[in-house]
Amino acid sequence: MYHRRLCGCSRYRRATLLCSANIFQFGICSDGFMQRGLDSETKKQLEEEEKKIISEEHWYLDLPELKEKESFIIEERSFMPCEDLLYGRMSFKGFNPEIEKLMIQMNSRYKKEEIEADDKMEADVSDEEMARRYESLVGTIGKKFLKKRDRHELQDEDEDENSNLRPSNVKKMFLKPQD
Amino acid sequence: AYWVDSQQKRYVPVKGDPIIGIVTAKAGDIFKVDVGGSEQASLSYLAFEGATKRNRPNVQVGDLVYGQFIVANKDMEPEMVCIDSSGRANGMGIIGHEGLLFKVSLGLIRKLLAPNCEIIQELGQLYPFEIVLGMNGRIWVKAKTVQQTLIVANILEACEHMTSEQRKQALAKLSES
Repeated sequence: MYHRRLCGCSRYRRATLLCSANIFQFGICSDGFMQRGLDSETKKQLEEEEKKIISEEHWYLDLPELKEKESFIIEERSFMPCEDLLYGRMSFKGFNPEIEKLMIQMNSRYKKEEIEADDKMEADVSDEEMARRYESLVGTIGKKFLKKRDRHELQDEDEDENSNLRPSNVKKMFLKPQD
Repeated sequence: AYWVDSQQKRYVPVKGDPIIGIVTAKAGDIFKVDVGGSEQASLSYLAFEGATKRNRPNVQVGDLVYGQFIVANKDMEPEMVCIDSSGRANGMGIIGHEGLLFKVSLGLIRKLLAPNCEIIQELGQLYPFEIVLGMNGRIWVKAKTVQQTLIVANILEACEHMTSEQRKQALAKLSES
């Protein structure tokens, strides 16, 4: 049997339900009305149609693609980098010692070669002494992280340097008193 | 790099230029500073080393400040600060009360600040003195006596029109007397 049922609003005549005995077919409405049973394919078709309509309506320039030319000109309004000008505050013959220090500091920023030459500074502590200190340092800090038993053993070891060292793996078990 | 070297007296604020300004007004949180351009520059009271909201810098109207521009274009009012990008003063800030401020052309300033400037070196051997050069054509000089200050100022102003020989002659005369 062939029924024709109109949906709620009379406006959407396209969305009529055509139902035969077994098959329900929904009419395609362009704005997505009655989308319950639409397949993904039909959805895609709808979207494509919408896009076509929209792009036809939009105006666009019918020009070939224009590339922006990379300009190699950088505009710099200050004179400072052009002529490598010195620092503006100066003092002569010790009139203002702070400014004289500053003069050396600021003007040496331009001449970086001097800074690179001063890499090796005189060390207060010699390398050998440094190594010795580090050796003992590692030991003292390592002791901090030992467990109490180990710390105790370590202490005894140090005391009994002259006598034989006790084997450190002996477990302290209960010793039965001799009769 | 190419640049156009021109002789001019009128200064146009440029970002990053160190300049000497005269404080003309105090308006709440900012100072209005005359830098010799078309507009007065603004200087915030926090733009000094070690300045906080409670610890305000001691700047009065009529003080000289040495700072640099952080904003300077033709569409906006120029703004200057007296600290550098890391927050240190680096010699910028209020310039002392004594000394003499005078104006020269911009070309002379650039000549004086060139890396191998003979004028400054020769002058430096004459007397002990202190000098601050602003890119806006202003020079501030301070020496031990008023006379020495005036001598240095006159030489710097006249340097523009003297040849190097004339200058050396003048300096030789001075060092004799």
